[in-house]
Parts: sequence; C-alpha cells; structure tokens
Amino acid sequence: MAILAPEKGWFHKKVAKDEKMWIMCATVVALALFAIMVLWHLVGKQNPSYTVYNTSPDEFYKMAQANWKKYQIGEEAGIPVVKPAPDSDVYVIGTTWRWEPVLILKKGAKYRFHVSSLDLLHGFSLQPMNMNFLIHPGYDYVLTFKPTYTGDFRLICNEYCGPGHHSMIGKIVVED
Amino acid sequence: MLVLLTRWQVIHLLPVDWFYRILTLHGLVALVVWIVFWEMAGLLFGSTIVLNARMVAPSVAWASFVMMVVGTALVAYTVLTGTADVLFTSYAPLKADPLYYLGIILFAVGALIVIGLFFANIIVAKKEKTYGDGPLPLFTFGLLTASILGVGTLLPGAVIYVPTFLWSLGLIDSVDSIIYRLIFWGFGHSAQQVNVAAMISIWYLGAFLTVGGTSINEKVSRIAFLFYMIGINLASAHHLLVDPVPSPSWKVLNTSYFMYLAVLASMIHAFAVPSAVETAQRRRGYTKGLFDWLKNCPWGNPAFVAVFLSIVIFGFIGGVTGVINGAEQANMIIHNTIAVPGHFKGTVVGGTTLTFMGATYYLIPLIFRKKISLYGVAKAVPWMFALGVVTLSAGLSTLGYLGVPRRHWDVTFGGGPFTYSFPAITDMFWVVAVVGGAIAFLAVLAWVIVVVVSVFFGTPVRGKEDMQLTLSDIPPADDNHSGFVAPGTFALTIIFMIAFLIFTTLNWGWLSVMWEVK
Ligand SMILES: [Cu+2]
Repeated sequence: MAILAPEKGWFHKKVAKDEKMWIMCATVVALALFAIMVLWHLVGKQNPSYTVYNTSPDEFYKMAQANWKKYQIGEEAGIPVVKPAPDSDVYVIGTTWRWEPVLILKKGAKYRFHVSSLDLLHGFSLQPMNMNFLIHPGYDYVLTFKPTYTGDFRLICNEYCGPGHHSMIGKIVVED
Repeated sequence: MLVLLTRWQVIHLLPVDWFYRILTLHGLVALVVWIVFWEMAGLLFGSTIVLNARMVAPSVAWASFVMMVVGTALVAYTVLTGTADVLFTSYAPLKADPLYYLGIILFAVGALIVIGLFFANIIVAKKEKTYGDGPLPLFTFGLLTASILGVGTLLPGAVIYVPTFLWSLGLIDSVDSIIYRLIFWGFGHSAQQVNVAAMISIWYLGAFLTVGGTSINEKVSRIAFLFYMIGINLASAHHLLVDPVPSPSWKVLNTSYFMYLAVLASMIHAFAVPSAVETAQRRRGYTKGLFDWLKNCPWGNPAFVAVFLSIVIFGFIGGVTGVINGAEQANMIIHNTIAVPGHFKGTVVGGTTLTFMGATYYLIPLIFRKKISLYGVAKAVPWMFALGVVTLSAGLSTLGYLGVPRRHWDVTFGGGPFTYSFPAITDMFWVVAVVGGAIAFLAVLAWVIVVVVSVFFGTPVRGKEDMQLTLSDIPPADDNHSGFVAPGTFALTIIFMIAFLIFTTLNWGWLSVMWEVK
C-alpha cells in the first residue's frame, strides 16, 4: 500500500516464484551485456581507442602541418588534399567550422588517425558509416581506422559549436 | 514544435541563431524547469499530506520557490537575448553570459533547500508519529530515494557551475573540457535518475489509488530503490563513451556494474508495479486466462491510463534504447545523433512527463477542490500524448541510426565546402517525426487548457459524488495460493525481454560491419 506503512512482517515475506524468476533473468542478461563489452575488445573489430596524448592546440597544429606537407597532393575547396602512405599516421583537425584535410585512403590499410580540436568540442561523425566520436581541444585522440569499403565518405560535426556548425563538413575518399 | 519544424528541411522555419536559442530553452524548460518544479511540489506533498504531517517551515519553502523562479527568469532572459547560445549542456569552452550560470546556480540552490525541507518534514513526522510506528510508506520512501539522488545531483551541479561561472566572469583562466563533461553529466544524468525515482514512486501510488494494488513484495521494491541510490551517480559516465578520456576499462566498468545495478532496479520495478495491479485485480475475481485482469482495468480513468502507458513507453522505448546506447561500443553508432533525443522522448517525455500529467488529475480535486473541466478531453490526453511521443521517438530514433545529427540547423550542409545527402528514406522518417511531434504538442496544449480551466473556472467539488477519478477500495485479501502470483505480468516482461534481445543483437550486427577501429 503505497501511501500507508507496510503491513507487519513485510520484511520476511517470501519473494514470489515468478518475481524471483524475472529478477534472475534480468540479472543474467545484465551480466551477459557486460561480458559482450569485454569480449568485443578481444575479438570485435570496432572499439573506442586506448591511446590518447595530452597536447595543446598550437602543438597539435604544428604536428598536423608537418604531416600534411609530407603527403599533400593538391587542394580542394581551399582545403589541402592529403594522401598518406598506407599504415601511416594521419592528422585531422576540427575547428569552427571546418574539418581538415581532405583524405585519400586505401581500403584495407590501417591508419593511425590523430584527431583534435583547436577550439571548442566537435563531433567526429563519419557518414554514411555513422561512426561517432567526440573531439576535445588539448587531447590528441588516436583512433586506428581500417577502412573496409571503398567510396566517398563525409565527416560531419555533430557536437554543437556555434552558428556555423551546420556547414562543418569534410571529405574522405577510400580507394582500392 | 518550432524546433521540429526547423529541422524538417521542407519547412526549415527558424533562422539559425533563433533555432539554437529556442533549442537551448527547450532543453532547459523540458528537462529542468517543468520537471524539477513538479518534483519539488511532489516532495512537499509526499512529506506532509501523505504522512499526515505538518510543513516544518513554510516561509523557507516560499523563499526557495522565489529563488527557483528568479533563476529560471535569468536563464530565460540570457538565452532569449542571445548572450547564452550554448544549448542545454553549455559545454566549456563554449561560453555564456555570467548571468546564465548564476541563474542555474540560484535554481539549483532553491531546489536543494526544498530537498532539505523534505528531510526535515520526514524527521519531524517520524518524531511526532504522524504515520504510525512502522517504516515510511513506499511512496514516500521512493521520494526519499529521489531526494538523496537529488543531493547527489545538485552537488556536482554546484561543483561544475560555480567554476564555470567564475570563468565566465574572467576570474579563472580555463575549464578543462573533459572534466566539465564528466562533472556536468554527474549533474545532468543523475537529474534524470531523480525523475525516474519520482516517476516510479508515482507508479506505485497510481497502482494503489486506481485499483488498490500493493507491491507484491515491499522488500524487493525497496531494495530496488536502494539500487538506484548506489548505482546511478557513477553510471553517468556513459555520456563519455566516445571521448578520448577516460580509459576503455573504466568506461566498461562504469557502464556495466554501476549502470546495470540501476537497470536491474528498473527491471524489478517493471515487474513490481504491473504485478501490483494484476494481483489486486485477480483478488477481485478477474482470474480468467493471462490477461482478463488487464482487460478489466479502469480504462476510463485517465490517471490509470497515463501510468499504464508511461510504463510501456518507458520500458519498451526508453529502457531498450537506453541500455543499448549505454554499451561502450554500441554507443559509437548513435552518439550525438538525433537518436539520442529519440531515446529521451521515450524516458523523460513518454515516461516522466506523462506520469506527472496523469497525476495532476488527482491533484486538481485534492488541492484546488475543483472538478476537472472538459473531462472528455482530459480522458483523451494521455492516449493522444502517448501516441504522439511514440511516433516522434520512433521517427527520431530511426533518423539517428541513419546518421542524422542532433542539434543541427541544416542537414543539407548549406554553405559548407562539400555536400552530403542522407539516405532518401530519411525524408519519410522526418514526416513521421513531425506528425508525432504535432500530435504530442496538441495533447500538451489540451492538457494545459484542461488544467487551467479546471483550476480557475472549474466547478467546486462538494463531496465524494463529484469525484470523477475513482479512488479504488482495497481488494479482498489474498487466498494464499502458491506458484505464480502474476502470470500475466510475467508474460509481458518476457515479451519485453525478447524485444530487447532482438534489438541488441541488431545493434551489435550493425557495429560489426563498420570500418574497423581501435
Ligand atoms: Cu559542430
């Protein structure tokens, strides 16, 4: 009786059979969900990263520039086009309101993406794969991607970063 | 509604700055102002009238009410004048006018004082033995859980808003963006857990008022409330699953042991509340088959309907999506997509708001001594609101799984260096979302009209014969049978579990075909 004090002996009343079964069932499912998360780190191929470095916007900008210079092959819409060597390091910068650079990647190669922001938070959202990460200033987030499809991909921002937020879109091309 | 009509590219109503302003306000009003004001009223109610006790310090209650109103006004002022375009979360280093943070701090302190008053009322009631010798009634016990969680919520709120306030004044150099997010969600998410505890308390209350249902085992229900207290504050970490820090092992630990403790508690309530209704109905003689008890429930009572629908929506939509979104890897799929609002349309809106709307129908005759005007409309409101919210939530969730971001003014990326079109099918789901939103909006409008007309222009209640919402008598005592006490509820919860497992499997399946990442 929800608005009256419980009846005498409430604490020693036996739990009904069906309620007990349901609680067991729910517990087992919860444990299984936990097990999946751990197992996925061992056998699954899609896991958020362990590797992060502290950095500063200035330092990160310099590292990215150095890397882009090495692999730049052109320019598109005022943004450098970079084609890094397969299995190498890739630098991606999010600033209000652009993603840099345009990337040309090779299917099946592994790239160590270093992603950071120079100002606010940005949402790294790879479309149409729909893989999403959150990018902070001052943290060099290292995500090792292995593109498994070829085609034209887009990087959009899905963390609000001011009135130009909706125009923040970058490009990644994956070739065979 | 304005927000939805802008997001839908066919109409694209508001200009960009007003879109984010209204969105900021929408988040604050829906998640904080409406819900917290209601809960504070609930706390004072649960600690005085329910316990047959007195209010310890009415003047303090009024003072805190004024603080909350002033805080709300400050926030609304800064947002509407465009000096706080920071959205509900106001993630540093995005900066707002100092008055904005001050408003939130005032509001929070006001709420904290009400919670203090709630504790004081209970203690005095206990001393004066107003409710007998035994432990607190389950309803008040649930509110006590909500209050303790509330303190745990408002403290991180203070921890994060005070330095941010100082930073906006220029007294502090910077606020670390990850620390901000971690502590902000210690406030932002626990706030939602307060809602859940308050909502579930009202479910128990509703089961009792409408059909005389009592929790089949109070020990179990109370332990489940205890689980909330232990589990949830740490579980707020599921907002940081795709942030660079903290480490994956910390994330897994937080979203499993701690969060699942709270999830388990919710599952226990999911059984306890319907089974309270079922056993009461069975004792009245509705024992045929699995669902005869359900068929003979008081479907004409809008408060019952609201509680029933909110259990279904909270479980099937809010619960299922919540647990999946909270898994470390599966979070990559929906993080910051519009599926996130889709999820909390199922929890805060379809669950908490609907429950509170239904409970208001009991409060009008009780507090204002007025009959509910436009009773036919009042009866239709829960059905209509539920239909709208479910449709809206389904639309938004599907859009999110297709990659559509939340908090985004223009998903055609106008002005950007490149273009991108979401899959053509998103057009259809935008229509679904807008239609759902419109229905829910009309339902809220109808509800507001009913409440305002009843309170200000309603006919007074003269006695029992004027009560439109029946108060149930207590059903005959149990004939002590063994075996299943609530087979119908058991069947329903198993159906729920199957739906959950199917949807979970789908998510991990989708995840497995993505680019590899680690
Ligand atoms: Cu953005």
